[in-house]
Amino acid sequence: MDNAEPLIRVRDTWMSFPGKASGQFVHVLENINFDIRPGEFVCIVGPSGCGKSTMLNILGGFLKETRGDVKVEGKPVIGPDPGRIFVFQENGVFPWLTVEQNVGFGLLSRPASDREQRVRHYIQMVGLTGFEKSYPRELSGGMRQRVEIARALAAEARVLYMDEPFGALDFLTRLKMRNDLIRIWQAEHKTVIFVTHDIEEAVQLADRVLVMSRRPATVQAEVIVDLPRPRDLDAPGYLETRDKIFSIMGMDAHGGGAGEPR
Amino acid sequence: MATVNSTPPTPTAPNRSKAAIGKLLLPVGTIVLFLFAWDIAVRISGSDLFPKPLEVAKGIIELAEKGLLLKYIVASLFRVSWGFGGAVLVGVPLGLILGWFRPAFQALNPVIQILRPISPIAWIPVAILWFGVTDAAPVFLIFLASVFPITVSAMAAVQNMQSVYIRAAQNFGLTGFSLFRRVIFPAALPQIITGIRIALGIAWLVVVAAEMIAVNSGLGYLIIDARNAGKRYDLVVAGMVLIGGIGLILDLLVRRLEKFDEVRWGYGQR
Repeated sequence: MDNAEPLIRVRDTWMSFPGKASGQFVHVLENINFDIRPGEFVCIVGPSGCGKSTMLNILGGFLKETRGDVKVEGKPVIGPDPGRIFVFQENGVFPWLTVEQNVGFGLLSRPASDREQRVRHYIQMVGLTGFEKSYPRELSGGMRQRVEIARALAAEARVLYMDEPFGALDFLTRLKMRNDLIRIWQAEHKTVIFVTHDIEEAVQLADRVLVMSRRPATVQAEVIVDLPRPRDLDAPGYLETRDKIFSIMGMDAHGGGAGEPR
Repeated sequence: MATVNSTPPTPTAPNRSKAAIGKLLLPVGTIVLFLFAWDIAVRISGSDLFPKPLEVAKGIIELAEKGLLLKYIVASLFRVSWGFGGAVLVGVPLGLILGWFRPAFQALNPVIQILRPISPIAWIPVAILWFGVTDAAPVFLIFLASVFPITVSAMAAVQNMQSVYIRAAQNFGLTGFSLFRRVIFPAALPQIITGIRIALGIAWLVVVAAEMIAVNSGLGYLIIDARNAGKRYDLVVAGMVLIGGIGLILDLLVRRLEKFDEVRWGYGQR
């Protein structure tokens, strides 16, 4: 797997936004370099406001880097692509459509029988069977995120860009969603790039964690999480990896440290 | 501790009947009180021109017997339907376009904001000049009165839309008309319906002024005619009561649109 062609290749990528005063710029990303291989689950962590979401939006084609070389599947990113679906923290499920209409949203060009079968399959995979005719407002936050994941999978996205998708959920729902996401990822062989500010979440999920620095952000470290799944959150390997990332970010796991919380 | 009851309490009968009381009894009670106060006030003042509620009711019956009641209501509703219907057909697409295409907004918004505050009454002479004393003149006035609120609400709905819907739609490869049809329009619809509801109220409000143009039917005409031909204030007030009552029914009808599953998400949880 190590010698496979990278699916995503980011080289010397910079991003600046215009500042409040004219002529001023806010430098968000600085000389970003990384590769992501097909089928990998990669988490990007970093302090809040560091630009990790910005990086994901560049990969997703919603933002254009100021300078750099961003290639996905060998081609420069020129815009959003149905083969690479973004899952939003604020939930992009369409509230005027039912669960099954949402999941089938990217499939309208397909024959009805094929569409129905895929919709049913992915609704079942995310555990929402029985809620096909429900509207998003009738579902909990976790269920709405499941709909969004099912919608991306049904459309045959090869890559999922997930921007703190569980950030708005309560603790127990978040744990459950992580387990289910790993199960789905293992079944579907997708490539997942998952942005989070939660280090524990990253270590529970990822094959590899990219740690970004404070703004202007660069990739400060790459931590390989070589732990068997399902992961034991009390195992020494897990705790060791977690503490390693904490210390890279200038904190220790027991609170405090050199880094400021925000 | 009190005795433990294993069946959970169900919030049923008392609450539900309470809600029913609030829904029907409160408004009806208020209206009855209002009619009572009206009657007393007229008696105390000793006015022989201003009618008591019962006289107004008799006036309405008189209109019905002459066959004018239905004729006038239909005439007014006919004008409002055409003027308001035209305003929906023009205002909704125009507002969606203005909300989405920035250059269109920049070009047209100032014109709309200049035309919007001009009262439809100010347009009466112009309407007569352009359309003469025909049904087209009041229809035009009603159109003018309702097209701006509809346009502005559709425009604001698109401009204030959560960007996550647009981004999700673009991610699935939607562009152009299908983006409009499948995402922008449904996302804007709840707010458009609110605009339509407000505009229908205004359209109905303007029908009286619009029928001041010498048409010879309609509830607005009834009011002007009853005043001019013999100071029949019972019929003047009857016209007012009818306008109010029909206005209430129209609003209740439009409100039903807000109950559809496709738009219910856009309104508060209450």
